Amino acid sequence: MFRAIISRIRQGHRTMPYPKAPLQMPDRFRGYPVVSTLAQSAEQHDETAECPYGAFTASGGGCLDMGKCLFCAECPAGDIQFTTDYQLAVTDRDHLLVRPGSEHHHARPLTPDLRRMFGRSLKFREVSAGGCNACEADTNVLSTIGWDLGRFGIQFVASPRHADGLWVTGPVTENMAQALLTTYEAIPAPKIVVACGACAINGGPYIDSPRVRNGADSLVPVDLYIPGCPPHPATILDGLLRILDKLR
Amino acid sequence: MTGSFRSIYNGSAILVADIPVVGSGQFLQDILDATDHGWRVSSYFGIPGDADIALYCVLANKAEGRLAVTRTASDGTTFPSIASLCPQLQLFEREIAEQCGLTFVDHPWFKPVRFHRSFRSGHDAWNRPEDKPLRVGVMNYFQVAGDEVHEVAVGPVHAGIIEPGHFRFQCHGEEVFHLEISLGYQHRGIEAGLVGGPHPRTLQQMETAAGDTTIGHGLAFCMVMESLTGVRVPPRAEVLRGIALELERLANHTGDLGAIAGDVGYLPTASFCGRIRGDFLNMTAVLCGSRFGRGLLTPGGTIFDLTPEHRDDLLKRLADARRDLTNAVDLLWSSPSVMGRLEGTGTVHQETALELGLVGPAARACGIKRDVRHDYPFGIYRMTHLPVATAFHGDVCSRTMIRWQEAQKSMDFIEEQLRQLPGGGHRTKAAPRTGLSLAVALTEGWRGEICHVAITDDKGSFVRYKVVDPSFHNWQGVAMALRGEQISDFPLCNKSFNLSYCGFDL
Repeated sequence: MFRAIISRIRQGHRTMPYPKAPLQMPDRFRGYPVVSTLAQSAEQHDETAECPYGAFTASGGGCLDMGKCLFCAECPAGDIQFTTDYQLAVTDRDHLLVRPGSEHHHARPLTPDLRRMFGRSLKFREVSAGGCNACEADTNVLSTIGWDLGRFGIQFVASPRHADGLWVTGPVTENMAQALLTTYEAIPAPKIVVACGACAINGGPYIDSPRVRNGADSLVPVDLYIPGCPPHPATILDGLLRILDKLR
Repeated sequence: MTGSFRSIYNGSAILVADIPVVGSGQFLQDILDATDHGWRVSSYFGIPGDADIALYCVLANKAEGRLAVTRTASDGTTFPSIASLCPQLQLFEREIAEQCGLTFVDHPWFKPVRFHRSFRSGHDAWNRPEDKPLRVGVMNYFQVAGDEVHEVAVGPVHAGIIEPGHFRFQCHGEEVFHLEISLGYQHRGIEAGLVGGPHPRTLQQMETAAGDTTIGHGLAFCMVMESLTGVRVPPRAEVLRGIALELERLANHTGDLGAIAGDVGYLPTASFCGRIRGDFLNMTAVLCGSRFGRGLLTPGGTIFDLTPEHRDDLLKRLADARRDLTNAVDLLWSSPSVMGRLEGTGTVHQETALELGLVGPAARACGIKRDVRHDYPFGIYRMTHLPVATAFHGDVCSRTMIRWQEAQKSMDFIEEQLRQLPGGGHRTKAAPRTGLSLAVALTEGWRGEICHVAITDDKGSFVRYKVVDPSFHNWQGVAMALRGEQISDFPLCNKSFNLSYCGFDL
């Protein structure tokens, strides 16, 4: 008992001050992309270079789909620079498309009536539908004392009946499609759906594999897209706080 | 005994033509003889041909620190099962049956593994109709009958943020007579997609085969590619890879120590370790920008180098994490209420572990000295040896203790390596692959032995790429740990193994 108390004092209070104070990201972190105009980089642009996941299209001045992008350390498409800006989550699929000079979109708050219902208590039921356990792990980490998701009234619960929303990770494998739908149906309306990670948005590294359905919105309507492979916990929390209008 | 085997060392390639083809009788007898003499089956798989199926078996001989490959051909319809004589093969035989449509005669437990169509269209080991969709988890479960016996079914969707799997318990009151585990929900078709590779997506798919083992699987893939191309990895890259692999082990062992504490209701260690786990993940992010090590590895070396500032940062973070982790974990050993729950729970006997071919901390907790870093050293482990930690009771307490001992060794290793980082480059350019070869790479992920085998055609493309995650060997260990236990101890027993669903399902 006394040992535990002494330990508690030694370990200290470790919940991070975010969102009151900014977060420090590692300098090699790959966040919001900068797509340079092809006109500027036409000399270096290698016509044969292309993204194996179809995230980058060169036509029309260049466009990067953050929903398909795995934020690789060496972008095979060539013209992409990644900043350390972790604020990537959006509420519209189209807002994941980044073009030269395009506006940096953020997740929009839920409608006022949903905010009235979920603003102080938002519970999610998580379903891993082919996820590799990285998105799952970095979702889980939000509930640890470092991030303390509970202070925002957000919690992951054991039963869909207790949930206000579905949290999807993974590309939605054929073998999980039915279980995902059943879980969605078991959540009482009104409900929201979060697609967490590149797999859940569009299939990620497994896009177009015959054994996957290329993401959650092939089966259920998605309200929040959180890009990354996997998304940093800060990216996930940013999206959650924005839909609850707790971050502007 | 070893006449029909072709020797191969970890991380090397041989010509397929140099592997003798033997008759099926001798093939099976040789496997039985070898396993009787303490060899282990690391990988066993089929390559579907036009009419027949080539079967390859990779065995590991710890005493001599080498591996051996043997092969045979089957007629494509039936093949004798030796699973009841050699239980470590039972899942391999079922996997071959499912992938190649080959029926194993007299298999005691002949059921699908991942619930997908075979690689040979029109051939199904269970003669399931082509026009009806396969239903995952639908199979004949082992059942116990009698008054007061009841069945508990759990999953695929579980209560926590955890991957899906289906568990069937045969219970008498609270006591579990038998647990059967049926997976396949996470099956993404990785191996089928690798035929004709490597493709531009292959490295990322290997990094996400089991995403919490990004470095373990990514490294095995890089080793396969390097042995097929004859590329030598610079010493600096070998050290960086070793540091990343040990950081991955530390993050996961720390998480497990916290989760085990949480499952016995001891919240101080659970809370502290949940956060400290993040410290190790953040150290990996210092290396390569990703908390899970995505984008660090590339065939031929590493994509990122380590600057002196990063090294100093890592050393400081490591010292802080070591202090906090030691403080958090020491609480466990001095809390009688925790030890009372860990000791004697979920025991796997050593003979069982040997028969099932368990690997990693689960095997070492049964007193089996088995560690790829020690037995078949690769990369930096050829130069620096890590002591193998073992325990003897095979219970949850032993599996917990092993994690803490390994965590300490890993911290020592990382600190030592950071202080003596070799100079030079961190990356060698790629070279063309050799054709008609077989390459084997074993690494010791945090769950245990990871085995990747590649067989190439005359152009150097994969005819077959086989991945074996440690969970493939170990899930049966969870089932055995539950025998005679209270069903309420399932979460604790399960967490003490913490196996991968996606690594198993691929």
